[in-house]
Amino acid sequence: MSKFKKKQGDSQPAISTASLPDIVFMLLFFFMVTTVMREVTLLVEVKLPAATEVEKLRRKNLVSYIYVGKPTRPLQATFGTEPRMQLNDTYASVEQIQEFVGQERDARNEEEAKALTNSIKADGEVKMGIITDIKQELRKAQSFKLNYATRRDLKDIK
Amino acid sequence: MARNKRAIPEINAGSMADIAFLLLIFFLVTTTMDVDTGIQRKLPPIPEEDQLDPPDQANKRNIFIVLVNAYDQLLVNEEPMQVEDLKEKAKAFIDNNGDGSCTYCRGAQSPQLSDNPTKAIVSLQNDRGTSYEMYIKVQNELAAAFSELREDISMRKFDKPFAELSDEESKEVKGMYPQMISEAEPKNIGS
Repeated sequence: MSKFKKKQGDSQPAISTASLPDIVFMLLFFFMVTTVMREVTLLVEVKLPAATEVEKLRRKNLVSYIYVGKPTRPLQATFGTEPRMQLNDTYASVEQIQEFVGQERDARNEEEAKALTNSIKADGEVKMGIITDIKQELRKAQSFKLNYATRRDLKDIK
Repeated sequence: MARNKRAIPEINAGSMADIAFLLLIFFLVTTTMDVDTGIQRKLPPIPEEDQLDPPDQANKRNIFIVLVNAYDQLLVNEEPMQVEDLKEKAKAFIDNNGDGSCTYCRGAQSPQLSDNPTKAIVSLQNDRGTSYEMYIKVQNELAAAFSELREDISMRKFDKPFAELSDEESKEVKGMYPQMISEAEPKNIGS
């Protein structure tokens, strides 16, 4: 800094970097606001199937995720390779979905609770049996908005 | 502040940028910008216990039955089929215009296929052993059939793609080709 001060006497003043923090803070706030932290650690392997007729999921705070797939590698020793369902941070049985939907609803106000969407993030290799069970439980829980999470496939599917 | 400049040296704010950069980089790294995409569907409510099966109003020709078995094979209106052909078949079915009441359809008016798009129902039934990937493929192909028909009509009628239509126009187009995909109640057969 002392170097700069000496120079101030000269004809060319140093470029002020005082606004640099402001610019950086602006960027910082932008990222802070747009960031969605990964809330759950995945306990299941999910490789989403691809589709072309996809829609974007808006309002991520109103989406509750249901993960279905094989347990991840390190967990396969204890849980086997049968597809399992994950709600929040633990494996859950299909019967627990109603409870889960209830919790998700209670966490929001009435208006938002109506707009809740369930997104099924299931591995492509999973059999439909478990998905059908999940759908049935969602219907029982009166939660009808459903989204099958897929990758966007720009090419036609083979 | 300026007056006290001599007495108390100004706090050096030079490192503020560094701190802010550090935070910025943290958020940059942790941010996931990927947008979740998927196929939107609405589940039907569970039929009441005492309610009898809905009377079979729909004429047989107005139902496009898609069955997927545990080996991921398709049976469409009692005919085996490949997924690749499903979209065209579904379009032909929906756009058939059997009773001639649909003025905007270009279908073949086949007596085997649907009366008009507002009556055409696509019925999808899968086995418990069907793979999820196949199920999504079938759902995708059926959705594609509807969206292609909608795209087509919106180009002809409003001269712009479906995505650029106003709310009212898109409602009208949706009304012309309502997306009726019904999924059969799951049946427990030998499982």
